[in-house]
Amino acid sequence: MSAALAVRGLVKRYGAVEALAGVDLEVGDGELVGLLGPNGAGKSTLVKIACGLVRPTQGTAEIRGARAGSLEARRRLGYLAELFRFPGWYSADELLVLHQRLSGSLGGQTERTELLELVGLAEARDRRVEEMSKGMQQRLGIAQALVGEAPLLLLDEPTSALDPVGRRTVRLLLEELRRRGTSVLLNSHLLSEIELVCDRVVILLRGAVVAEGSPAELGRARGVEIETDEGTRLYEGAVREDVPELVAALVAAGRAVYGVRVLTSTLEETYLEAVGGETS
Amino acid sequence: MLLLTAGFLFLYWLANHYAFRDIEGFQPPAGIDARTFAGAFVFGLAMFATLFLGVVLAVFLTLGAVRGDAERGLLQPLIVRPVGRPTLLLARWLGAIGVCTPYVVAVYVAAMLITGLTGHWWPDHKVVPALELAGGVALVAALSLLGSVFLTATANGIAIFMVFGAGLVAGLLGQIGHTLSSHTLERAAKIASWIVPFEALYQDALREITANTTGLTGFLLQLGPFGGANTGGTGVRLWACGYLVLVGVLAAVGFSRRDL
Repeated sequence: MSAALAVRGLVKRYGAVEALAGVDLEVGDGELVGLLGPNGAGKSTLVKIACGLVRPTQGTAEIRGARAGSLEARRRLGYLAELFRFPGWYSADELLVLHQRLSGSLGGQTERTELLELVGLAEARDRRVEEMSKGMQQRLGIAQALVGEAPLLLLDEPTSALDPVGRRTVRLLLEELRRRGTSVLLNSHLLSEIELVCDRVVILLRGAVVAEGSPAELGRARGVEIETDEGTRLYEGAVREDVPELVAALVAAGRAVYGVRVLTSTLEETYLEAVGGETS
Repeated sequence: MLLLTAGFLFLYWLANHYAFRDIEGFQPPAGIDARTFAGAFVFGLAMFATLFLGVVLAVFLTLGAVRGDAERGLLQPLIVRPVGRPTLLLARWLGAIGVCTPYVVAVYVAAMLITGLTGHWWPDHKVVPALELAGGVALVAALSLLGSVFLTATANGIAIFMVFGAGLVAGLLGQIGHTLSSHTLERAAKIASWIVPFEALYQDALREITANTTGLTGFLLQLGPFGGANTGGTGVRLWACGYLVLVGVLAAVGFSRRDL
């Protein structure tokens, strides 16, 4: 079966500016992929091409084998834009009805109730959008992206306007989606969030992929720190598997061992190294 | 909008009341029917106001339909749904004319009733002018939608009102050319009418309300600013339909190729 999202050699130029410079990326079935990069790295452009809002200059983007932007591809995705707004006069329920009609969803009232509960807006189903806080609108945006149970979700900064509780709700929601087998491409600046929920992370810089792998793979070993009666010793380059041997050697040499810590770089450190401190 | 329209119609009733009261004691030159002249002139003025109000409504409903809504983030959640962009554009146009054209017809009928009941003058043709005014507004709505694909909301609003104003000026120039027998002016006005057929429809609507008025009264009405131009008839109506399709196709193609 084709990947949920397959991007090959994607190039996008806006005049002289090259937003994407040949990106290859795949999101497998049920996979949760995090997209990282500084402002202007091309993350939003990539997501917009995937959902057909922007046309690529070169290369292809396919959703389950259908060309991105085609009606068939759009039937298979849900999208939350980075900057979006809903008409203020709609209630939460009416907005979901509209999107059910547009997406051809037959979920009806049951689906709407479930979605509003999932994003914590069950009590606000009849509240108008214009009466909602930014965070509530953001959660409603996530609910509308989930309408129709699309197999692929493209979420562009879904937690940008949320407080810590709202972020936790979204994190739990993403875990629930993973359980259901929904593929997700998550574009976010929140490294901790990506580290916690994503199966794989892709780091973009100046329109190109500069690092890719699971959060564990990207977090490289930096050594082992052992606390003894002589003080703390750092064994650079050592990995978790070296610990028993190192401890045995110290004990054999008559040292008392109080503690061991395997040092790995965090995703944040890997990210900063990959982007070289660039912000935009 | 409803309050302003009610205000306009009240003022229009006042104008009719005093105009027809004052011509009671007025002795016009031989061959001129003062009641017909006053009725057609005042009602022509109302038709202009009706068209203008309809155009204002149409432009404000559509000026930011594509680029404006995309910049505000309203469009993206809709565009990614499995509905074609041309379909969304058509829906916006139908929504706009669903508001504007009934409004134009309602104001036209109200103005006609005011003139008819106050001054006992009725247009020679009653239905076709209403349809032509509504058609003109539908054309402006389509032009505004086309403009919204390429221009920001403010720029589009300015551009459409300038095109609308240019069309009206061209129509007046045609009238002046007709009065002065200037074929150059008349030809220029005719070309302008074909470039912006909402103006031709409006002129034709004016011609229709005094289509059966002949003699000196008819001649004088032709000279006035609300007397109707020479461009008119089935040709203009067919061209307006073709023009609408052309504008729709251009807007759909432009929208389909636009990055949002």
